[in-house]
Amino acid sequence: MPPIAADSSDASTQFETRPPLLPSGPFELFLTFAKMSLSGFGGVLPWARRMIVEDRRWMSAEEFNEAFALAQFLPGPNIVNFSAVFGSRIAGPLGAVVAFLGLLAPPTAVVIVLAILYARYGEIDLLQRALEGVTCAAAGLIVAVIAKMSAPIFRKPFGPAPLVALAAFIAVGVLRWPLPYVLGILAPLSAALSYWRLRA
Amino acid sequence: MKDDGILLTLAAQFALMSFFAIGGATAAMPEMYRLAVEVKGWMSERQFADMFAVAQLTPGPNVIIVTLIGYHVAGILGALVATAAMCGPTCVLAFYIGHVWERFREARWRIAIQAGLVPLSIGLLAASAWILIRTADRSAAALAVTGVTAAIAYFTRLNPLWLFGLAGLIGAMGWL
Repeated sequence: MPPIAADSSDASTQFETRPPLLPSGPFELFLTFAKMSLSGFGGVLPWARRMIVEDRRWMSAEEFNEAFALAQFLPGPNIVNFSAVFGSRIAGPLGAVVAFLGLLAPPTAVVIVLAILYARYGEIDLLQRALEGVTCAAAGLIVAVIAKMSAPIFRKPFGPAPLVALAAFIAVGVLRWPLPYVLGILAPLSAALSYWRLRA
Repeated sequence: MKDDGILLTLAAQFALMSFFAIGGATAAMPEMYRLAVEVKGWMSERQFADMFAVAQLTPGPNVIIVTLIGYHVAGILGALVATAAMCGPTCVLAFYIGHVWERFREARWRIAIQAGLVPLSIGLLAASAWILIRTADRSAAALAVTGVTAAIAYFTRLNPLWLFGLAGLIGAMGWL
């Protein structure tokens, strides 16, 4: 298997310093993303950081944050976007595909097995009640994430951000309006408000 | 022919949705709910909540709930199509933007957009939580589980799997 050392003409020139180390080949890249994916319950990000920055040293903490900021800036599942960004920086299109598959193939296989089991046993009372308990906990986890994310927008001086968040919640959560319409109005508005605040 | 139709529907709906998933897969959950339960009638709200729970119990990215919806609607092929549609297009976008990102990373408009999207993500996550709470929290005990989980997750870095296990056990015992 050929090593996928990044070609100097490739994306790695975007970094002032090259990543300290590189995966030895597509297989190691795949396995690393598979491992971080299968380690991550309720979110893969902490594991991605741990494995890429601390364990394998494929990126410095700063490079990781910068690449993840891009993945977050774009729509779609953040960590999946990150796999494409990271893979392409390491080894171009092939790297992007390998990292993407490493991240998604194992959990997809696992969840299809669970889906088959659910289709067969999902109506059993005991399982029903257990899943209901898990759903209650899952809701709690989301509430905790909201609380953590909200801290900055309630910092003084207050901006329009809390109102924007409230509007999005009511439109999508309570009124159940289609997401594209709601974001079509709120996203440009919110971006314009924050641009205006940055200028001030 | 009918199968082709449903696969195309899955592909189109999830590909479109992925471009409006600001703040990740969980932020798009209310839209998945609207699509699968309210618009298409593919499943009941309880089944949807079950799938969210199963997705949480599966290691890997939270977007994996899409795979479960796809499977429910059109079997293994549906699962693969829905997953690829939700994850593929924005990755292609990420691949291309990745090459020009440096040029506008420090641009004020870019920072403004990213800052402007944060409150939207928060609002969408709140909508997700609201849908789950409405569906699953039908008793004071269930609400207590949600509240205690939120507090533990906020103040500690405990692996969520413990919380799911405990909550699942409490549910199985019939205490909710």
